[in-house]
Amino acid sequence: MSNQSGEQRDQAKRASSSAVSVLDPPNKASASATQSNEIGEDRETLVEILRQMVLIRRFEEKCAESYSLGKIGGFCHLYIGQEAVGVGAISAVRKDDYVLTSYREHGQAISKGISPDAVMAELYGKAGGCSHGKGGSMHLFDKTVGFLGGHAIVGGQIPLATGVAFASKYQETDRVTLCFFGEAAVNQGAFHESLNMAQLWKLPCIYICENNMYGMGTSLERAMSLQNVAQKSCAYELASEFVDGMDVLKMRQATQRAVKRAREESLPTLLEARTYRYMGHSMSDPGNYRTRAEIEKHQERDPIKLFINDLKTNGVISDDDLAQIEARVKEDVEQSVRFAEESPLPAERELTTNIYANPL
Amino acid sequence: MAVMTMRDALNLALAEELARDPSVFLMGEEVAEYQGAYKVTRGLLEKFGPKRVIDTPITELGFAGLGVGAAMAGLRPIIEFMTFNFSILATDQIINSAAKMLYMSGGQFKIPIVFRGPGGSAYQVSSQHSQALESWYAYFPGLKVVMPSTPADAKGLLKSAIRDDDPVIFIEQERMYGMKDEVPEDEDFTIPLGVADVKREGTDATIVARSLMVPTALKAAEELEKEGISCEVIDPRTIRPLDIDTIVASVRKTNRAVIAEESHPFASVGAEISAEIMEQAFDFLDAPVKRVSGADVPMPYAKNLEQLAIPDVAQIVAAVKEVSYK
Repeated sequence: MSNQSGEQRDQAKRASSSAVSVLDPPNKASASATQSNEIGEDRETLVEILRQMVLIRRFEEKCAESYSLGKIGGFCHLYIGQEAVGVGAISAVRKDDYVLTSYREHGQAISKGISPDAVMAELYGKAGGCSHGKGGSMHLFDKTVGFLGGHAIVGGQIPLATGVAFASKYQETDRVTLCFFGEAAVNQGAFHESLNMAQLWKLPCIYICENNMYGMGTSLERAMSLQNVAQKSCAYELASEFVDGMDVLKMRQATQRAVKRAREESLPTLLEARTYRYMGHSMSDPGNYRTRAEIEKHQERDPIKLFINDLKTNGVISDDDLAQIEARVKEDVEQSVRFAEESPLPAERELTTNIYANPL
Repeated sequence: MAVMTMRDALNLALAEELARDPSVFLMGEEVAEYQGAYKVTRGLLEKFGPKRVIDTPITELGFAGLGVGAAMAGLRPIIEFMTFNFSILATDQIINSAAKMLYMSGGQFKIPIVFRGPGGSAYQVSSQHSQALESWYAYFPGLKVVMPSTPADAKGLLKSAIRDDDPVIFIEQERMYGMKDEVPEDEDFTIPLGVADVKREGTDATIVARSLMVPTALKAAEELEKEGISCEVIDPRTIRPLDIDTIVASVRKTNRAVIAEESHPFASVGAEISAEIMEQAFDFLDAPVKRVSGADVPMPYAKNLEQLAIPDVAQIVAAVKEVSYK
């Protein structure tokens, strides 16, 4: 995958105990690695997509545990259930493309290339965090991988992403921008103002609405007069597509189409990804506004289970491969906690740094 | 030196900086084809083309946020608000995005952006189009706030604001766009942010004034001179960061301070300056600090009521006499 760093590849090698691992790059893996399959993607890409989804699931489970232990403070919004949206979409862009998103962004940050170590350390409020402990769960940033935040006012990232796309066009680069937001953000003026400007000025921005059916405790039905988000694009003559957000490859393919439109024609797209979050809005939300049965119904179409079934049915991976991925991910998550625990607190002098780039 | 209006001095600063740095662009309502609602951007579209000088829809939150995003990706936007009254719609992006991005990203994303346009009182445009908002923006660490009071300051400060790597709120005064004075034509002429200017030297009382209140304070000082009271008029020029040292040095010399401002009195910049004088020069004061502020009412339309709402020369004269016990 284009956005997999060399470091991640090295880690993959280290994690593998057998001579040939499902996680090895193709030159070391079995001959089937680059062979075509029914799915139409190379095996390395499919395995990497699966690895990221499992990593995010286990990482978020660890976050819940650490939050309960008081190791993580503030608000903590988990991505469990929605992994296919972020991983599928980000698998379709280059490392030098941009991602901006909301406060439910641990998974997208990892998928774009921030190490689990740097994300976990940020959640722990440590100096080794990707925002040096100043941002926390809702404000992850890493300029080097094109991850431009983590924004915590609902919809606030949408005009920002539009501006990043404006800059790419102004600078005459072919970089594209992915902008993630929940369906509740669609009711904000920022969404409508941005889509209007993006189509008016033909900006290479891909707006991805993660429709998980609830804005905190308020269901879609109680908040939105027109519940078909993709359809709203017609107000701005914007290209749009409705995507099954529980199907990672459909998410990848829809994003690839949007990326092509953005890169080659400098045109925006609105994608509506229908998905579901299994956990509360944040760690402090007991979720009394929906039933256990409703959650379980959605879990029947769990994005990771669906993808594993797909890969197994098509002979891409075996149970052994899956066990290897789980083992590697478990080690990566445990390592991230060790890193976060060992990372120092920010020095007290950091309280008053980074307020101005040119202090007077 | 050339004599020009504040409007033309601002126009010259914009033109020079657009020519100097291709990453600078200007965006706002009616800035291009209409030549600016107040003609500050006249001729810039013709000179720099539609890529650099961009008309926007009426979508303040949207284009303010677009500017901040463009700054994250390496550009240097100048965002014009037709008036600062409309910036109220954009405050989420100015405060939550522009002011805080560098800090919450741990120093990774500087935001070199200028939000500029006219603010303060205008001529009979009533409550929603006539108000001073500098205390709002000056409240937030991460923002710089600049308010020029002469054409030369306007040019020099705007050029510094555009070259600065932080978000700058640059508030012009609609009533002062036609004010004429000498302006250096040198393209390298800038005035550093964060440095106050002594607009008139004096020995008996200090008047701290900004924007429209500077010429008003200077007229008051002339009248008071006739009555034997020598006033020093200090213009902070930059509201945040505030050059309190220059103000305190003056108060330590004159032992009396009057602060004149157009804004409402409650939680105003004048209240902050008053508190800082108390903290740093209490033992030098021969009288309590006196503030002259705009009336604590929404701006009325009727001309006579509007005049009552804006501080005038007589009020400043009276305040200086009060702190002088005369």
